[in-house]
Amino acid sequence: MTTPESPTRARPNWRSILIWTAVSIAGAVAWGMIALVRGEEISAFWLVVAALGSYAIGYRFYARFIARKVLRVDDTRATPAERLDDGVDYQPTDRRVLLGHHFAAIAGAGPLVGPVLAAQMGYLPGTMWIILGVIFAGAVQDMVVLFISMRRNGKSLGQLARDEIGPIGGAAALIGVFSIMIILLAVLALVVVNALAASPWGTFSIAMTIPIALLMGFYLRTLRPGRVLETSLIGVALLILAIVAGGWVQASSWADAFTLSPQALVFCLVVYGFVAAVLPVWMLLAPRDYLSTFMKIGTIGLLAVGVLIVAPTLQTEAVTDFATNGLGPVFSGSLFPFVFITIACGALSGFHALIASGTTPKMIQKESQVRMIGYGAMLMESFVAIMALIAACILDPGLYYAMNAPAGVLGTTVESASTAVANLGFTISPQDLQAAADAVGEESLVARTGGAPTLAVGMSEILSSVFGGEGLKAFWYHFAIMFEALFILTTVDAGTRVGRFMLQDTLGNVWKPLGRVGWKPGIWATSAVVVGAWGYFLYAGVNDPLGGINQLFPLFGIANQLLAAIALTVATTVLVKSGRLKWAWVTAVPLAWTALVTLTASWQKVFSEDPRIGFFAQRERYADALDAGEVLAPAKDLDQMRTVVVNSTVDGVLAAFFALLVVIIILNAAVICWRAVRSPEPLPSTEAPYVESKLLVGAAAGPASGTPSDGADAPGDGR
Amino acid sequence: MTVRRLLGLVRWYLRELTGETAYDRYLERHRLAHPGVPALPRREFERRRTDRGDAHPGARCC
Repeated sequence: MTTPESPTRARPNWRSILIWTAVSIAGAVAWGMIALVRGEEISAFWLVVAALGSYAIGYRFYARFIARKVLRVDDTRATPAERLDDGVDYQPTDRRVLLGHHFAAIAGAGPLVGPVLAAQMGYLPGTMWIILGVIFAGAVQDMVVLFISMRRNGKSLGQLARDEIGPIGGAAALIGVFSIMIILLAVLALVVVNALAASPWGTFSIAMTIPIALLMGFYLRTLRPGRVLETSLIGVALLILAIVAGGWVQASSWADAFTLSPQALVFCLVVYGFVAAVLPVWMLLAPRDYLSTFMKIGTIGLLAVGVLIVAPTLQTEAVTDFATNGLGPVFSGSLFPFVFITIACGALSGFHALIASGTTPKMIQKESQVRMIGYGAMLMESFVAIMALIAACILDPGLYYAMNAPAGVLGTTVESASTAVANLGFTISPQDLQAAADAVGEESLVARTGGAPTLAVGMSEILSSVFGGEGLKAFWYHFAIMFEALFILTTVDAGTRVGRFMLQDTLGNVWKPLGRVGWKPGIWATSAVVVGAWGYFLYAGVNDPLGGINQLFPLFGIANQLLAAIALTVATTVLVKSGRLKWAWVTAVPLAWTALVTLTASWQKVFSEDPRIGFFAQRERYADALDAGEVLAPAKDLDQMRTVVVNSTVDGVLAAFFALLVVIIILNAAVICWRAVRSPEPLPSTEAPYVESKLLVGAAAGPASGTPSDGADAPGDGR
Repeated sequence: MTVRRLLGLVRWYLRELTGETAYDRYLERHRLAHPGVPALPRREFERRRTDRGDAHPGARCC
């Protein structure tokens, strides 16, 4: 356990020095292998070593420095969980259990999708950003926001922004959170649609999760209240059965019933999203959440074991030409800024600030635990992102581009895709492409954009070489698809609900009844608005001739990093206001970086003259052609031309709007900081007053007999 | 560490993580705060615990 401000400096401990020297050398050698060795095959093993070594050093030294010097955590100060303990919202929770809760809440499909898309730039930029980004930005943001919220009894990010920056900053933050949620849900749903379209196996397995969740819900409600573990075991067993049964369905006469077009899937998802948001949580959301938590932890563990045993060789170049020329088919634009917005979750994710200022700060036992829970959980998520990157980079680049370039470029047949991939400068024969699809039990892998199918192919490579061989490849592929779709649908459920509550809360100020959480018409109306909003973007993405992922993913990245900018602005403002100007760089440097990245990206998306990048340039190009009655590829008719014009206008306006929000918040915060620095005495503190802690962590608060003591060292804490 | 102890640890962790122990904790708390007053039966307690989610949505990240 870390004791802050220890009165005496510990003597150098030779064992500790030796261990940390060894960790540093291992990390440095691994970085050297990744970054410098060329022309030889690089094993994914080095990526894992570089990541783990860097995390250990970041956790041991940088996170500890932040906890002690910058935040000045104080274990003699009672946390809100101790002071306000009500057994419901506020309750001191074992730090390892809370780490599990926090990790399950922050990690989802994001760290799995972004790195797969960013693999078009090569493995090096993604790896560097994931590892350095998490150590100096992402984990710092999560930890500092968690600390700030904890010191203020668990206030939400929106409340923090209003209290610390002012009403304008607060309103901008609220609008930002809501619009980001909508884009996030649309993009995630688009990933599911692209993974399930024309795949009866996947569609059947995912559809089965609904009756499985309902069954679990009723079982927990009526037969065995509270027996979550046995219910989850039954659920997981049924889930595996559903994956296996998907293969039978695909081979049977039912296959046609489960072969859905993307448009039909959009309809299903929108209806599902609405129903899930208005049903009581015990029926669908709560059991789904248990299932997805178990699948998440289990599958990520399985993948980690697989990567370490197989140590596959990376097939992608370290840095591809697309990094500099900006002509990549997966997403347009060059390395800076687009790698940094494509990989959000796993390196720096603004969305985490919502979780770190939600339930977690109300459950912390001791202040010093913000390091393990805030910083540590984010390191774990970063490791998930590294594994996703590995899974994408071990694929043959020809296959990667045949799966990830937009359908408009690739066409629909293996022959057209093979030709298109050759035009990009890579090779894959039509036979190989068909063989790859057959191996995983899919009709076709052409233009299966969105990242999930690519990750699933990579995971099936890795897992089938450890468990089951070639014969189980199709099973593992669909297992991976199921695992991602399950997360995403849980996020869609929960996100729609959160969006609905925000809307009810805001509209309740205008018209009282809408704000009442029990009023059914209000619930239906606001749920419909939220579902309609993300459904619109989902529908637009599915029908976009230029490829929905290509168009929408940058917007999602900008939105997520914008939220990070808001969170880091709040953090920096709090540091400055509380007289820690000297240490404000800890959050101000990542803030400057994310502001630079987001603003450059939105600037390019709005003002770039290149129609591949700039939304308005794109709009103009297609609008001009439309006026002249021409049809520009990849659009096939005038209707599709009109679709492009509408979509690029909406996307361009949104990009500009997001950038404007960031600028408003940063300027408003700068004024507050200036006032704080100029003020002769410190500005009034918004922290809850000091109360001495009586909680003894270790003996009294430890788990009951037969369970571990609390003295175990935190991961990476080598003392 | 023996296998038995390890299994116990895993079981403890999973029960804590899924909230299976919430009822035990409630009983303990109830006994201290309101001695002599009968506590809620498990079915009722779990029902109220889950239904709180209807009014307090927890965000799940990407």
